[in-house]
Amino acid sequence: MVHGFQATLRRIAPQLIILAVVLLLNFLVFPDFFKIEFQNDRLFGNLVDVFNRGAPTALLCIGMTLVIATKGIDLSVGAVMAIAGATAADLVVSGYGWGTALIGAISVGLMCGLWNGVLVAFLRIQPIVATLVLMVAGRGIAQLITEGTILTFLNEGLIHLGAGTVLGIPTPILIWIGLGAIVTLGVRRTALGMLVEAIGINEASSRVAGINSRVLLVSVYLVSGFCAAIAGVIVAADIKGADANNAGLWLELDAILAVVIGGNSLLGGRFSITASLIGALIIQSVNSVILLSGLPPEFNLVIKALIIIAILVIQSPTVKHALYILRASAESEALEPARAAQLTPPKETAQ
Amino acid sequence: MIRSTHLPLLVTVLTFLVAFALCGSQYPSMLTTRVVANLLTDNAFLGIVAVGMTFVIISGGIDLSVGSVIAFTGVFLAVVLRDTSLHPLAAFALVLSLTVAFGAAMGAIIHYLDMPAFIVTLAGMFLARGLAYVLSTDSVPITHEFYDFLQSLYWKAPGGGRFRLTGVIMLLTFLIGMIMAHRTRFGQNVYALGGGAQTAKLMGVPLAQTTIRIYALSGGLAGLAGIVFSLYTSAGYSLATVGVELDAIAAVVIGGTLLTGGTGFVAGTFFGILIMGLIQTYIVFDGTLSSWWTKIVIGGLLFAFILLQKGLTWATTARRKPLTDFAAP
Repeated sequence: MVHGFQATLRRIAPQLIILAVVLLLNFLVFPDFFKIEFQNDRLFGNLVDVFNRGAPTALLCIGMTLVIATKGIDLSVGAVMAIAGATAADLVVSGYGWGTALIGAISVGLMCGLWNGVLVAFLRIQPIVATLVLMVAGRGIAQLITEGTILTFLNEGLIHLGAGTVLGIPTPILIWIGLGAIVTLGVRRTALGMLVEAIGINEASSRVAGINSRVLLVSVYLVSGFCAAIAGVIVAADIKGADANNAGLWLELDAILAVVIGGNSLLGGRFSITASLIGALIIQSVNSVILLSGLPPEFNLVIKALIIIAILVIQSPTVKHALYILRASAESEALEPARAAQLTPPKETAQ
Repeated sequence: MIRSTHLPLLVTVLTFLVAFALCGSQYPSMLTTRVVANLLTDNAFLGIVAVGMTFVIISGGIDLSVGSVIAFTGVFLAVVLRDTSLHPLAAFALVLSLTVAFGAAMGAIIHYLDMPAFIVTLAGMFLARGLAYVLSTDSVPITHEFYDFLQSLYWKAPGGGRFRLTGVIMLLTFLIGMIMAHRTRFGQNVYALGGGAQTAKLMGVPLAQTTIRIYALSGGLAGLAGIVFSLYTSAGYSLATVGVELDAIAAVVIGGTLLTGGTGFVAGTFFGILIMGLIQTYIVFDGTLSSWWTKIVIGGLLFAFILLQKGLTWATTARRKPLTDFAAP
């Protein structure tokens, strides 16, 4: 148990360091950054905002991590968010309760996941293409549901999911941390996580080894659809309306980025949901530091792009390999030549 | 003789002809030169960018940055023409060299740092869009007599259709793209790279040079598309052409190019563009359909073409090797 914890810590250490650096930048440009107050029965503070605003990306990257671990990718999550938000808003506007709306949105998300999963697992279509179909068509479907307008609603229960608090903590934070914990335990306390990794490393041999890869593949896309649906409901609830055009726009890219910053290889295999979630927090902290620094908003995207490129370059296999050689040669200078010869490092194939 | 690799291209061409005939039978006025000319003019920038995207996809990569590069080019031209006395032709040359360098830099990062094209071009997409914002967040109008001159260049066909310069540029780009893909060493290298980087390397394909050239080509064509788009709208706006990369990818896939790389046709992409333009024209002619049907129909078409390709590859590989290929992704 303690050993497993240490292994996890070692795995997520780079992400934690990057997060700490970005948070420190936040503190430097805005000294009150870490101040958290309790007012009007809820927590206030910039750090709380980072966790709260990061909720949609964090939710998406839970499912996305699993999909990417199977060597797949899910481009449709942003569109699924729009569809789920539109469904929830439509149900509430038609007079149903928030529970029904939530169940409706989740079912629609699961249906989208099933569609993607069947295309990938049974029709054996390349994941990037299979999910592109829903990415292109999804916003059209969402607009079909909202009939081209922004559907606004006043249902307290539904709004609570996006803008409310439980015991002073904003609901979205509880939802993403809760869901992240459940999925992490679900895949790590059972063999599921290992089976998912096996598919990502080599699907053919995983099947020969007796893994039902088709069912597992469909399941990871189902989880991704489920997470996207919850994220869509939260985003809709936050603005008290479903915007088919802009809800979750480009969030699939943020989610994929979070997974990559989390050190997961786009080529599948080993994954860490915790690291991806920290990646989502890093992205949100980068957004926050740009806002708090008071620079003109025009610079937001350029700075974000440069920070992301820097993070990616640091994590790229080539740079990692170069650092490894550097460290090994520095160590070998202190050792005997015969020992040093054994230290020639193997080239890493994956990130 | 019809080879099975040519079948997707044939199906795309047939789909376009059948769809055009159906549209024409419902709305006879759609068969005029006016509609055809507009089809070319309205989709000129998309067509040019799709040529570059075809090369990138045949090589097994993807370029998500093109939409942002088009917007950047437009804003750059507008700001340069507003603030300096530079001649538009000089500005064109300047912006083209910038976008080529931008694409080449992305290609170099992809090759030398061994990073997935998806992530690198995603960062490039943020960067180009961000640079466009930095230049100007407003829509900047372009008023220059040279622009008026370029816009006045058209050939008026019988029936009232105006074939403009931008449409001709698109057709030329496709023509040159086709020659490059099928008749040059570079084109062969692109196909080889898409077939498998390892194999290509063993065959002696210069991987670094080819990868950098592919993304430089895509960046340069996105720059050219940006110039054409600025001629089309007479303005530069940093929020313009959001999501064009998706339209370009969709056109390439509908045109019969496999997203796995290795097979595809520049000519197919041309018909992919025409099919997408036709859907929009039909919706305009119909008048009662809402614009969101465009997205749904394009999504459906994408699905149909992917299934067709899948069926074809399955039919051709299943005959040859029945056992070994069962789990290839």
